[in-house]
Amino acid sequence: MDFELIAEAFPKLITVADETVTLAAVSVTIGFFVAIVIAVMRLSKFRVLSALAYGYVYIFRSTPLLVQIFLIYYGSGQFRSLLEQIGLWFLLREAWFCAILALMLNTAAYTSEIIRGGIQSVSWGQIEAARAVGMSGLLLFRRIVFPVAIRQALPAYGNELMLMVKATSLASTITIIELTGMAKKIIAATYRPVEVFLIAGAIYLLINFLISRIMVMTERWLNPHLRQRKPEKNLMNAKAR
Amino acid sequence: MDFSLLGWGNAGWGDEFVRGMLMTLAVATCAFMLSLVFGTIFAAAKLSRFRSLQIIGDIYTTVLRGIPELLVIYLIFFGGGMFLRYIANALFGFEGYIDLPVFVVGVFCIGVSAGAYSTEIIRGAVLAIPKGEIEAARAVGMGTALRFRRILVPQAARFALPALGNVWQFALKDTALISIVGLVEIMRTSALGAASTKEPFTFYITAFFLFLFLASISNRGFQRAERWANRGVRSE
Repeated sequence: MDFELIAEAFPKLITVADETVTLAAVSVTIGFFVAIVIAVMRLSKFRVLSALAYGYVYIFRSTPLLVQIFLIYYGSGQFRSLLEQIGLWFLLREAWFCAILALMLNTAAYTSEIIRGGIQSVSWGQIEAARAVGMSGLLLFRRIVFPVAIRQALPAYGNELMLMVKATSLASTITIIELTGMAKKIIAATYRPVEVFLIAGAIYLLINFLISRIMVMTERWLNPHLRQRKPEKNLMNAKAR
Repeated sequence: MDFSLLGWGNAGWGDEFVRGMLMTLAVATCAFMLSLVFGTIFAAAKLSRFRSLQIIGDIYTTVLRGIPELLVIYLIFFGGGMFLRYIANALFGFEGYIDLPVFVVGVFCIGVSAGAYSTEIIRGAVLAIPKGEIEAARAVGMGTALRFRRILVPQAARFALPALGNVWQFALKDTALISIVGLVEIMRTSALGAASTKEPFTFYITAFFLFLFLASISNRGFQRAERWANRGVRSE
């Protein structure tokens, strides 16, 4: 074990950790809203909409994220002149844009399935009750379906967030220097894979640990009715002792 | 786009793609089986009575599920040969380089990371077997090995199968990552083709559809296997 190298590599890796977090945060945030749209489409009465949503989810879940990233980043190069004409080239030539686009499309597919599961778990009685008091459409979705669904879907969504943090490592394959990219750079320069792996791995584990804590706290906050009630004080110091 | 590039023979990349696809399948299959081996071992460790074994199992699943596969690949790709050389040197005084074949490195990397997911699945499946059945087997005088073979494995396999289907998909998709360290599978073939013809989209979209094809076919296979495993179960 080379502690000098660890001391030297640690600041380098910790400074690029925010690139990893940014990649994950931006793509997950946009992806969440796209996912809601896809989930609603998937559950809609219109066959065309639900078939489109099904196809989208199926395609993005059955192909590797690496292929998706390469297809967007390198593949767009083949249509450069066309893209320049429509004025999209300045976006697609940016590795950051391509990485976030691919990560976002990917997480939207997975998240939409999680949200769909949540929405389907809302019992009919609640929806009927809401209809009975005159709610409909968007109001019913916003006040009844969505709050119940999101609570149901939360644990699975926590897993998805952690998978996304891991997935950002693929951005390193298209020239973005985030945690894994930096780790590879240091390994290639020093040939000390174990030390570098230990630091980079610890940072990933820390990020994921924080996410899991936040999810547990959010779950507690959203489900006050499931919290265990604090025992009353005078009962705790019961005289029976 | 020039799809004649995907033709057969010297000029086309069709035959290269078929070879790449077979390589992808070979890596994914070996890695999936390795993940079952790791999964069984570590699930046994997690379910054992010994605290130290439980902790080892916990560390394995936490670390491998929390760290990107790509980082694991870099560790094993760069560190694996060094590690073996160190051991060979300590044991037999071996001095020289050990170059691990990329195939072995790839299978090991994906097997190890998929194994963490398999561990949790197998553990859950074993826990899902009703205690009464194990007790009943014990009561009729089955020994540990027989109980394991006749009662535990067939039941656990049935419970685990749907989730193991996901692990297979995961292993299949992760083979694409091995292309980064140079194994010539679907993804590497596309990268080579893209570089030499300047038609990246044509090649990557082919890779995209090949993966889609493999995933769909194997999905069917797992559905069949599920139906077969559940053939004796009464369904409403």
